[in-house]
Amino acid sequence: MPKTRKLQAAQALREAFEQAMAADPRVFMVGLGASDPKGIFGTTSGLQEKFGAARVIDPPCSESALTGIAIGAALMGQRPILSHQRVEFSLLALEQIIDNAAKMHYVSRGQHRVPVVIRMIIGRGWGQGAQHAQSLEVLYSHIPGLKVVMPVTPADHKGMMLAAIADDSPVIFLEHRWCHYTEGEVPVDPVPASLDGPEKLADGEDITVVATSFMVLEAMQAVSAAAKYGVKADFFDLRVLRPLNLAAILASVKRTGRLLFIDTGWTTYGIGAEVVAQATEQAFDSLRAAPRRLGLPEMPVPASPVLAKSYYVTAADIVDTMLQMANPTADRQTARAELEAIRDRLPFDVPHPAFKGPF
Amino acid sequence: MITMTNEHPQLGLFRSMLRIRMIEEAIADRYAEQEMRCPVHLSIGQEAAVVGACSALRKTDKVVTTHRCHGHYLAKGGDLRRMMAEIYGRDAGCCGGRGGSMHLFDDDAGVVVSQPIVGSSIPVGVGIALAFQQAQKDDVAMICLGDAATEEGVFHESLNFAALKKLPALFFVENNYFSVYTHLSNRQPVRPISNMALGHGMASAQVDGNDVLAVQEAVAAAVTRARAGEGPSLIVADTYRFREHCGPLFDDDLGYRSPEEVDHWKLREPLERFRQDLQSRNIIDAALEAKLKATIQGEIQDAFDFAINAPAPSPASLGEYVYAQNA
Repeated sequence: MPKTRKLQAAQALREAFEQAMAADPRVFMVGLGASDPKGIFGTTSGLQEKFGAARVIDPPCSESALTGIAIGAALMGQRPILSHQRVEFSLLALEQIIDNAAKMHYVSRGQHRVPVVIRMIIGRGWGQGAQHAQSLEVLYSHIPGLKVVMPVTPADHKGMMLAAIADDSPVIFLEHRWCHYTEGEVPVDPVPASLDGPEKLADGEDITVVATSFMVLEAMQAVSAAAKYGVKADFFDLRVLRPLNLAAILASVKRTGRLLFIDTGWTTYGIGAEVVAQATEQAFDSLRAAPRRLGLPEMPVPASPVLAKSYYVTAADIVDTMLQMANPTADRQTARAELEAIRDRLPFDVPHPAFKGPF
Repeated sequence: MITMTNEHPQLGLFRSMLRIRMIEEAIADRYAEQEMRCPVHLSIGQEAAVVGACSALRKTDKVVTTHRCHGHYLAKGGDLRRMMAEIYGRDAGCCGGRGGSMHLFDDDAGVVVSQPIVGSSIPVGVGIALAFQQAQKDDVAMICLGDAATEEGVFHESLNFAALKKLPALFFVENNYFSVYTHLSNRQPVRPISNMALGHGMASAQVDGNDVLAVQEAVAAAVTRARAGEGPSLIVADTYRFREHCGPLFDDDLGYRSPEEVDHWKLREPLERFRQDLQSRNIIDAALEAKLKATIQGEIQDAFDFAINAPAPSPASLGEYVYAQNA
């Protein structure tokens, strides 16, 4: 077993950058705030001091050009990492991402390579509202040629970032701001993680539960709680949204006959819509209940904490749905109440008890 | 650019312009056969700008360009057979038939990408210049764009960054006055386009884009500055396309530009103008030009024969190269 120690995900990312930049002089970073006192939530702190301003570029506010610049440098063999402190800033660079990053390898029949990593951080809570707290993974997951990943654990933040930097295809690296605070064992050495397929987090025979990003953490509580009500879940962290490798999940659905998907973004046209469609197409005869999806409702998120509290899916909603699907006679009200009680011990609109704002 | 030993260097410029003209006219002549099944954006009328700019570069310098890319590709030394095979959608094309006429590139010649979305290739060229700077090379990235691309936000973002980092980049604007059918006067206030560089603290020049020697001189000066680490430049070459925005035809019957304007530019037609200049200085005569044309004609015939007879890509290859196999 590789040597590990406990880190938060943000620290794990920082370590990935430091190790990758030390190992490969082609790796450089472009990110607004990369060298500022906050260091992109601590993920880039100290890197400019260590590697210099030429390799840790704190750039002008020019998302579209900087994306094209990263692509051009990548065509020359460099390995740029671009950071957006919120996903929404990447929208200014959609043309570069979709037309150039995603297509150059294909259109040149493999002669061009675009090894860029584009970090996009998904916000939530503290009244950030409609344009600072969107989960837009679907936009990028729709595009052949992009790889799209959503790490959850600290080990995956480090390992998947190392793999993304080493990958010769463009990788959209979607970090959930609240996952930055997760704590867990992380290998000391730079060990890349697989960018192919989900990770199974629990074994069970009654229902297949799949979630992305922060919703994996909500689902994890629900999966534990459901077990007490006799529902054992086969539970997956999807991790890699594109290319989408559903082999393990479809095999699970064929065994359990039930599928619940929890999106971090909107339900309609969401990642869950695709997974449920494929499960229906490929495991129809095994289904014992209609597949279900949970995700964000059909509206932007408002800033007011009172409104935002009703907006997000929680572990209580997930356990409720799991029981409806797999044990409809169970006491769902009690199951909900237990999880809501745990939830209510913390303020609901911050990622971590230590969090004091403003982000 | 192809030059022969022991000949006047300006004859090489003329040959390059003539060659681009003849190749594009051959494309136009055969387009109605409907075998070149992709859009074509011809640069007929803009050859002096194209050749003047590319002739100021060396092989290891890089070029990024636009949908109107045939001229840059050829003037920088791109392979003609592979270009024609690409336009014919063949496996032997420079992109294996995946790009068509708007996606020409030739790594050996330093033509990195051509991209049809207006402004799209500009920052890519800046990124190439950044990579040169990071690798401490004295090569230069020339970014070819049209007048309409100077209206895109990404153009200004790119100039700002290139100037800030003193990158070895050269923004070369062929101002042909039209964004499809929309004249420059409907799109920009009256002032030299090159003035935009002032706002970015960048050196600039506006030149007669139908005077190949004037373009070459302006670009060469900018290239020298870039190689010396003195930063990027914006060069605007005023020119005119004689044919339709996209396609093989003349479209002046549509009435979007006045006959007087077209006549004004016909008097400044770059190839004839350079021919007269070279004749007056005894660098070319009718016999020599006929010889040049015959050689180019042979090359064109060869390239069309090659492309037409080349195998199509295999439908089984459709799914290849969506993702790179990691080294």
